[in-house]
Amino acid sequence: MFPVVYKRQLSESVFEMGVEAPAIAHKAKAGQFLMLRVDENGERIPLTFSDWSAEEGWIRFIFMRVGKTTHKLSHLEVGDSLADVVGPLGVPTHVEDLGRVAVVGGGVGAAVAYPVARAMAAAGNEVTVILGARNEELLILEDEFKALSLKELIVCTDDGSAGRKDLVTAPLKELCAAGALDHAMAIGPVIMMKFCSATTKEYSVPTTVSLNPIMVDGTGMCGACRVSIDGETKFGCVDGPDFDGHAVDFEELMSRQRVYVDDERLADAEYSRECRCHT
Amino acid sequence: MSHIEAPDPKPRHRPSRGPRTEMPARPAEERARDFDEVNLGYSEEQAIAEAERCLQCKNATCIEGCPVNIDIKSFIGHIINREYAEGVAVLKERNALPAVCGRVCPQEEQCEASCVLGKKGEPVAIGRLERWLGDFDLACDLEGRCKPEVGEDTGFKVAVVGSGPAGLACAGELRRFGHAVTVFESLHALGGVLTYGIPEFRLPKSIVQAEIEMLAIMGVEFVKDIVVGATYTVDELMTEQGYDAVFVGNGAGLPVFLGIPGENLNGVYSANEFLTRVNLMKGYEFPKADTPVWRGRKVAVIGGGNVAMDAARTAKRLGAEEVFLVYRRSEEEMPARREEVHHAREEGIEFKMLCSPSEVVGKDGWATGLVTTRMELGEPDDSGRRAPVCVMDSEFTIDCDTVIVAVGTRANPLLPKTTPDLELTSRGYIVANDHGATSKPGVFAGGDIVTGSATVILAMGAGKRSAQAIDRWLAGTSR
Repeated sequence: MFPVVYKRQLSESVFEMGVEAPAIAHKAKAGQFLMLRVDENGERIPLTFSDWSAEEGWIRFIFMRVGKTTHKLSHLEVGDSLADVVGPLGVPTHVEDLGRVAVVGGGVGAAVAYPVARAMAAAGNEVTVILGARNEELLILEDEFKALSLKELIVCTDDGSAGRKDLVTAPLKELCAAGALDHAMAIGPVIMMKFCSATTKEYSVPTTVSLNPIMVDGTGMCGACRVSIDGETKFGCVDGPDFDGHAVDFEELMSRQRVYVDDERLADAEYSRECRCHT
Repeated sequence: MSHIEAPDPKPRHRPSRGPRTEMPARPAEERARDFDEVNLGYSEEQAIAEAERCLQCKNATCIEGCPVNIDIKSFIGHIINREYAEGVAVLKERNALPAVCGRVCPQEEQCEASCVLGKKGEPVAIGRLERWLGDFDLACDLEGRCKPEVGEDTGFKVAVVGSGPAGLACAGELRRFGHAVTVFESLHALGGVLTYGIPEFRLPKSIVQAEIEMLAIMGVEFVKDIVVGATYTVDELMTEQGYDAVFVGNGAGLPVFLGIPGENLNGVYSANEFLTRVNLMKGYEFPKADTPVWRGRKVAVIGGGNVAMDAARTAKRLGAEEVFLVYRRSEEEMPARREEVHHAREEGIEFKMLCSPSEVVGKDGWATGLVTTRMELGEPDDSGRRAPVCVMDSEFTIDCDTVIVAVGTRANPLLPKTTPDLELTSRGYIVANDHGATSKPGVFAGGDIVTGSATVILAMGAGKRSAQAIDRWLAGTSR
C-alpha cells in the first residue's frame, strides 16, 4: 500500500496528491510517469510526475476529476492509501542546453510542464513558459512557475479571465516569428499539442510533445498506447511519452483516446449514484 | 537349498486394458457464456481407473518426455495404491505447480507422446492424473498440503525478476537449497502469464494463487509493483540491496503486430491487451471492476496458437455473436493444442484457415472489416511446415468490428536497457546457456526472455535448472 502524504485542491476539479514511494522517488526524472491503482477493483492509469523528493521519499502528481478513477482518487485524504503505484516509467525528457526554449503547459498539462521547465532552466536554457487554461479557475501552478528562473512567464486564458485572452499558440507563434526559439516543448490536451506542433513546424522549430495515450500495464506489455510516429507504430509507454511533435499522427491519437468514452461515462455515473447512496 | 524369493510388498500391478478415461467437461453451450472452468477434472474413481491403465514400465520412457523429468511412473503407482499424498510429494519433487501444469502443459507432445501405450492405442492420460493429484493437494487444508522441504539457511540472497512460471519454479527450487529468495513482480498481481494471459476458464486464478501461497509458506518473499529495469536496476539489486545472484524470468512481454494498414484503428487489440483487460483487470465484470473492455459483436482473431484460441474463446464469452479464427496456414500446422482447438470449435468459433490478413478497414476511426487473401500450401519452409502461398485475386473482407492480433511477442527492452553488460541476441532476447548463465556474472535468465514465446513447462524447467546453477555458482563464491 502507498500512503497519501499530501493533498491540495488546485481548482474545483484539479487536485495535487503526494504519495510515499521512496524507491520511485529515488529514480524519478522529468517527463516520466507512474501507473496507479486506487483499490482492488481499480483500473491502472498513467499519471506523469509533477514533483518528487528523493530525500523525503515522496512523489506527486496532478489530476483532473473526470471519470470514476479520478473521482475515487479525489476522495482520498492524507492518511489513506493507494493500492498500487509503479514507476518511474517511460523515457525521461531529454534535458540539455538547447538555447532558447519555450515550454507550453495547457490545462492539467501544466503539472507535467513544471518539472520539465525546471529541469530545462537548470540545464542552462533560457526558458519561456506559456501557461494556458480555459479560465482563471482552471489555471494551475502559476506561483510555482513564477518561482523558477525563467526568461518569461506568459499566461493565456480562453476567456481572458487571467493573462492574455488568447490560445497558447498565439504567443508561441510570436516567439517563432521573432526567431527567438531554438526548441519548443508542448504538454497538454492532444488538440493543443497538435496546434502547437503545427505552429512551430511552419518555422522549423524542433518540438517535443508529451503524449498521453490509454495504457493498461504501462511497461510495454499490452500495446494499447501505440501511436504513429512518421508512419511507424511506437509504444507510448516504453518508446515515449515524449515524441517529435512534427512526426506524431495526432488525429489517430485523438481517435484512440475516445475508445472507452461511453464505458467511462457509464462507470462514472454508476459510481456517482453509489456515492449518493452512501451519503 | 532352494532359493526363496522376497515377497512383493504390494500386490503385483495388473494394468487394466480399458480405454483412456475421458475427462468430464461442461457442455459447450453452457460454458461459452461464462468464465468458469471448462474441464471438470477426474473423480477419484476415474483417476484410479486411468492410473490402472499404466503399464508401470521398467524403463519408463514418459519420464524422458517430461521437460522437468517428473517421476511419472512413481506418481501414477501411488495413485494405483491410493497413496495420494505420496503421489503429490513425487510431483512436487520436480514441479512446484502441478495443478497448473496438469491443466496447461501440452502433454500430448511430451510425456504422453512417449507413453508405450500410445504406440498401439491411446497413451495414459498423464496430464489429467497430474491435475487430479495437484487438485487433491490444493483441496487439503494447509496443514495437510505437501510442503517441500526447505534447506538450511545458507546466508545467500537471490533476487528473482518476474513471478511467472520461470520465476516461480526458480524461487521454489532456491528455497529447497536454503537460499533466501525475493521475487519482484511488475504488476499488481502475481503469476505472470498464468494470471494476465491464460483465461480463468482454462486455469482458475484461485489455483495459481494457492500454488503461490505454498511458495510463500516455504519462505519465498514476494514484492509486487516493482519494475526491475525501472524501479531498481539489476546492478542495484546486486550492490545496494545485497543480492548475491539474480534470476531474470521477466517473459517476452511486447506484443507483435502485423504492420498492416489500419492496425491502429479502434477495435484492434493485441491479444496481450485483450486478455490482460479481461483476466488481470477483470474487464468482464465491468463496471463493477473499473477496467472496460470493448465487447465486439463480430470478432476476428489472427493467429493459430494457444493465445489465439484463448482470445477467441474469451471474445465469445464476452458476448460476441460471431468469432472468426483467421490463420494463414491450415489447421494441420496450427501450433495450438488439439484440446484447445477442439474446445474452440465446440464453442462455435469459426475457423478461417489459409487466410492471410492484409488490411484492417474502418469507418470513423473504428474497425469494420479485415481484408484477407486466400492461401494454398506450397513447399515446406524453414520451420518444416508447408509454406502458405497467395492465391491470385482471392481477396475478400471479413465483416468485423474487432480484430485481435495473436501472432506472438518479442522481448521487452526495459531490463536489458539498464543492464548494459547483459549480452542479447539480435532480436533482443537474453543470451544464456543451458543452465541459465548469462554474460554477466551472478545473473541467470530463463523462460521466454531467453527462448522467445514457449510453454509454461519449458519456462519452469529453465527456472529450475537456473536455480541449480545459481546454487553451484553461490557455492563457488566466498562471502
